[in-house]
Amino acid sequence: MKNTIITATATVFMLLLVPDTLSAGVESLRGALPLDAPAKIFSAKRQQKVEGGFERSWKQQPPPIPHEIDKDRISLRENTCLKCHSKENHEKEKAPEVGKSHYIDRTGKKLTRISQRRWFCNQCHVPQVEASPLVGSTFQPLPQKK
Amino acid sequence: MTLQQMGKMAGIATLPLLILGIVLGIILWGSFNWALELTNTEKFCISCHEMEENVYQEYQETGHFNNRTGVRATCPDCHVPREWIHKVARKIRATNELYHKLMGTIDTPEKFEANRLELAMHVWKTMKENDSHECRNCHDFDSMDFEKQEPRSADRHEEAIDEGKTCIDCHKGIAHHLPEGWEEAAKAAGLQD
Ligand code: HEC
Ligand code: HEC
Ligand code: HEC
Ligand code: HEC
Ligand code: HEC
Repeated sequence: MKNTIITATATVFMLLLVPDTLSAGVESLRGALPLDAPAKIFSAKRQQKVEGGFERSWKQQPPPIPHEIDKDRISLRENTCLKCHSKENHEKEKAPEVGKSHYIDRTGKKLTRISQRRWFCNQCHVPQVEASPLVGSTFQPLPQKK
Repeated sequence: MTLQQMGKMAGIATLPLLILGIVLGIILWGSFNWALELTNTEKFCISCHEMEENVYQEYQETGHFNNRTGVRATCPDCHVPREWIHKVARKIRATNELYHKLMGTIDTPEKFEANRLELAMHVWKTMKENDSHECRNCHDFDSMDFEKQEPRSADRHEEAIDEGKTCIDCHKGIAHHLPEGWEEAAKAAGLQD
């Protein structure tokens, strides 16, 4: 009986302590805010628009997109990127042509239309925003010959 | 009745008649224009499910519906001329649309999609012929600050001015999705270079 009382008291005591010790230093992703309070708003980051395009870090890197793409649409029926970047249109649109690799299928065959594997451009090409990296990095790009 | 009497009576009768005529005229003219304006609103355009389910949904994702400055271009802004005579002409042509509404030509999304290229070509052709008049009601090369545009926009606009190109030559699919095969069709019809 005495043992039971001691165990019960100890358990209650520990349970009282637990929330405090656990929550110290641990925070939910939305911050230490009451549940019914609105979450913190992050400041909007501006997109980087670089005339002439971004430097590439290595030859086979999909170059980042140096212009707005929020008006572009890629779906089963349409791909507005190709209005400017396709083999037929790039010259008159004064835009760089998609890589030669984009017209080759996986067996190495040359195609007249863009390869299925390259249809969803933003799988590989993305715009960049002016955000400082969250963690440091010692990455060094390969030297490029332009 | 002497001539003088007749003249007097005519004078008495003409005045009210004239007033009545003017009042009636104002009412008729007013209601005509009222009806014209009523059918010239976005609400009217999307009261047909054909428009509401297809083009309206897509238009809502674009900058002409929702943007930083809050200036909106509605359906009639781009599809109905502002000048009275052209507006009436467009409304008369709209009877053709009523016929197809009754026939159910595009009453499912599938039928709409099947006819979409043809419909789009009509619009492109009209805009090409009138030098993108509707766009120019709001936009004007002369008021554009090319410094503030993206380089890829400014470059092409300078070229457009030099070569006398019109907005729709380059800006297809700004308010709606593009139909499949649009590029080949437009190039074949000389609407896209
Ligand atoms: C209106 C024409 C136009 C459209 C539409 C367009 N682009 Fe571009 N794009 C350009 C031009 C012009 C450049 C060159 C910009 C420069 O170098 O300043 C460019 C540059 C790029 C580059 C950089 C190439 C390099 O070698 O650095 C990528 C990647 C790219 N675009 C991808 C896309 C993708 C993906 C889309 C669709 C979401 C798209 N673009 C839509 C005109 C366009
Ligand atoms: C699977 C990934 C992938 C997809 C999808 C893809 N690309 Fe690329 N893209 C690359 C890579 C990798 C390169 C650089 C190597 C090369 O040229 O092939 C590149 C290069 C480019 C370049 C620069 C070419 C040059 O030599 O300057 C442009 C422009 C481009 N892509 C546009 C597009 C467009 C537009 C689409 C969509 C139609 C697209 N890409 C889809 C991976 C991809
Ligand atoms: C009722 C006025 C009005 C009419 C008519 C109009 N626009 Fe616009 N348009 C605007 C406004 C306002 C903006 C700026 C929206 C913003 O702040 O981003 C705009 C933005 C644009 C843009 C850049 C953003 C985007 O959505 O692509 C293009 C391109 C454009 N218009 C082309 C056209 C063309 C082509 C036509 C004719 C078919 C047209 N506009 C008709 C008012 C109009
Ligand atoms: C020779 C082709 C061409 C013609 C003609 C043309 N534009 Fe453009 N315009 C472009 C390109 C390319 C862009 C940049 C990418 C995009 O938005 O499609 C652009 C961008 C724009 C923008 C957005 C500008 C920015 O950088 O934010 C507006 C607004 C616009 N055009 C309006 C018009 C209007 C209005 C007309 C007719 C008076 C017109 N354009 C005629 C090619 C053209
Ligand atoms: C900024 C101008 C603009 C606005 C606003 C606009 N349209 Fe259009 N519309 C066009 C252009 C340009 C075309 C020619 C096809 C294309 O380029 O997408 C078109 C084509 C169409 C077509 C033919 C089918 C198709 O998809 O090409 C229909 C139907 C249509 N519009 C209805 C509407 C309705 C309904 C609204 C209002 C909810 C509306 N439009 C708002 C410019 C506009």
